[in-house]
Amino acid sequence: MGGTTVFWYASRATGIVALLLLTAVLVFGILVNRQGRLPGLPRFAVTDLHRNLSLLAVAFIAVHVFTAVLDTYVHIPLISAVVPFASGYERLWLGLGAISLDMMIAMIVTSLLRGRMNRILWRAIHLLAYASWPVAFAHGIGSSKDLQQGWMLDMAIGCALIVAVAVIWRLAHAARQVPRAGRVAAVFAQHTATTSRATASKQARRTGETVTR
Amino acid sequence: MADTLKVNPIDCTGHGVCAELLPELISLDEWGYPIVDPRPVPPVLDREARRAVAACPALALKLMRTEEPARSA
Amino acid sequence: MTTTVNESAPGGASRQAAGLPRLLPASPEDLRGHLARYGATPYRGRTGVLIGDIEASGLTGRGGAAFPVYRKMAIVARSRAGRKVIVANGSESEPASRKDELLLRIAPNLVLDGLQLAAEAVGATEAHLYLHYGPTGEILRALAERASRGLDGIGVTITQAPPRFLAGQETALVNRLGGGPALPTFQPPRVSERGLGGAPTLVQNVETLAHLALIARYGPRWFRAAGTDAEPGSMLTTVYRPDGKCRVVEAEIGAPLRTLLSSGAETAAWLVGGYHGTWLPMPQAVGLTLANDTLKRFGASVGAGVLVALPADRCGLTEAARVTGYLAAESAGQCGPCLNGLPRIAAGLAELAGSGHRRQTRADVERWAGLVTGRGACNHPDGTVRFVRSALTVFSSEISLHARGQCSATNRKPFLPLPNGMPTSEDDWT
Repeated sequence: MGGTTVFWYASRATGIVALLLLTAVLVFGILVNRQGRLPGLPRFAVTDLHRNLSLLAVAFIAVHVFTAVLDTYVHIPLISAVVPFASGYERLWLGLGAISLDMMIAMIVTSLLRGRMNRILWRAIHLLAYASWPVAFAHGIGSSKDLQQGWMLDMAIGCALIVAVAVIWRLAHAARQVPRAGRVAAVFAQHTATTSRATASKQARRTGETVTR
Repeated sequence: MADTLKVNPIDCTGHGVCAELLPELISLDEWGYPIVDPRPVPPVLDREARRAVAACPALALKLMRTEEPARSA
Repeated sequence: MTTTVNESAPGGASRQAAGLPRLLPASPEDLRGHLARYGATPYRGRTGVLIGDIEASGLTGRGGAAFPVYRKMAIVARSRAGRKVIVANGSESEPASRKDELLLRIAPNLVLDGLQLAAEAVGATEAHLYLHYGPTGEILRALAERASRGLDGIGVTITQAPPRFLAGQETALVNRLGGGPALPTFQPPRVSERGLGGAPTLVQNVETLAHLALIARYGPRWFRAAGTDAEPGSMLTTVYRPDGKCRVVEAEIGAPLRTLLSSGAETAAWLVGGYHGTWLPMPQAVGLTLANDTLKRFGASVGAGVLVALPADRCGLTEAARVTGYLAAESAGQCGPCLNGLPRIAAGLAELAGSGHRRQTRADVERWAGLVTGRGACNHPDGTVRFVRSALTVFSSEISLHARGQCSATNRKPFLPLPNGMPTSEDDWT
């Protein structure tokens, strides 16, 4: 791979930033779902950050795409940004980039129209995030020599590990989820446990014992 | 013609974002679910109300015309 | 079956003057008997015509909500949708109610007439019968006989309701008919605007349709000859007296409750309106009538006509706690406040009905009751709270007794009927 034009550098740089942003977006998305919080920040910050960073990521990807197209060293048709495998240069890896971008566009468009569309459909499309990130990651590793060595490789692996941990956390919660039909029984059980602990600790206070959970 | 805030309790999973953004009209019960003021939104809070509606991660909060939705037994 | 038809309900001459009984024949009637007694189904020939008569009659829904029938019909009728649905709701999900089951067994043609007449009036393109026990022999026979005589304008699909307390709720019903589980959805939109498959859907209790079939024949003035001005007509009640037998009685609206229920020393309290209804203290409530006008003074309403006189030898607090446990288990579990509140309320009530309770339990139950009211997608939390609050009031002396480890009951046998199976899996809702 040659080309030391400013466009080429810009494309590589914005691509790397986009990967970092997308990692953050995915993690924040999981955080929203799990009602997690960032220390010191209000609840709405997690939601706002997830949405705003996703738009920022797309902005960086737009620059990433346009600068790659404008660079004249290799010919990359603009259309190949959204039509997979339409580029002669690095057909496979750029194709993956297009697939990932298509999924992101679907997620963002449906999220903007969320109030007007079927909930289940919105959710199904939003779940594409779990496909879009690894595909984008593969696009990055495969098409850029930068990410294949040195500190950039370390950084890319770091992102992958963060995503893996977040996804495992999400899956673990899904596995623990009580199905709807069992929820009432779960509340009964939880309430009984709480009240019997309260009674036990009250009795313990009278007798001077400590109650362990 | 004022609007009223309503929560779809089926969609609501108790994120609590609405209560943070609009504490004047929304508070949380002991389980984390929103208790919404049933009166029409005062005009001065209209923008905040719309922001809360947009911010709900479950899209459970809605701004509706003042007619109460019917609930049958 | 313990259900019997009680034709000799007190009231005598006034009952005859009011033309009671109207709905219930002395014995099960087939199509021939039905046609001999009532004549052919009086179709009007076009949509909308019957609705004026229904409005003039003042007929309200007999499924519990008492909504003016003509209004729902008008909403569906004036819609320009190409598809419209009508559903006869015979799910009778209230465990103590037996009136719909009896009506469908001995006078199915009256219900089916009403279904066809209402279908014509609103321009329905699709008709459903939603039943507690699924297609019974009587229903199938009636439908077959009507089909062979070409009586029906529209075919009827039968669907069995799952045995869940909420299965008869309008939106849950529509969900079930659409192939999903019988779970309520948030309103708006109302099912009369957007129901089954998005089509305007008219849902009416089977008893309501039976009344409609008679109004179509005899007119609104005839209907108003019974009942009161504000609440005209008659209604089927399911009555439980201290002897433990269950009776279905057709009563004039406005009839004194003491003619239907016992009220002397053998009665601890009354329950009016079923398990979403209200406990009434004796003897203060003894003068009340079967009409929302008088009942609302005690925060009660007739509901779907379940009336109980609790024997004095039973413990009302224990009965209330049992039923509340059932109601909590029947929560759809979809809405945070109901899911979290009802089991806790039930546990609190069980503790109050036990021997000795923690000091803050009563206050806890009150607080949770306030938290769940009006915050579900359907009426389940509200109805349950009404039942619980009235129990706490009427049985407050019993609560004090139980706090000291005592109980005024001498009979521990459960009185209020409850079904056996509690829901445990998603399949239970389909």
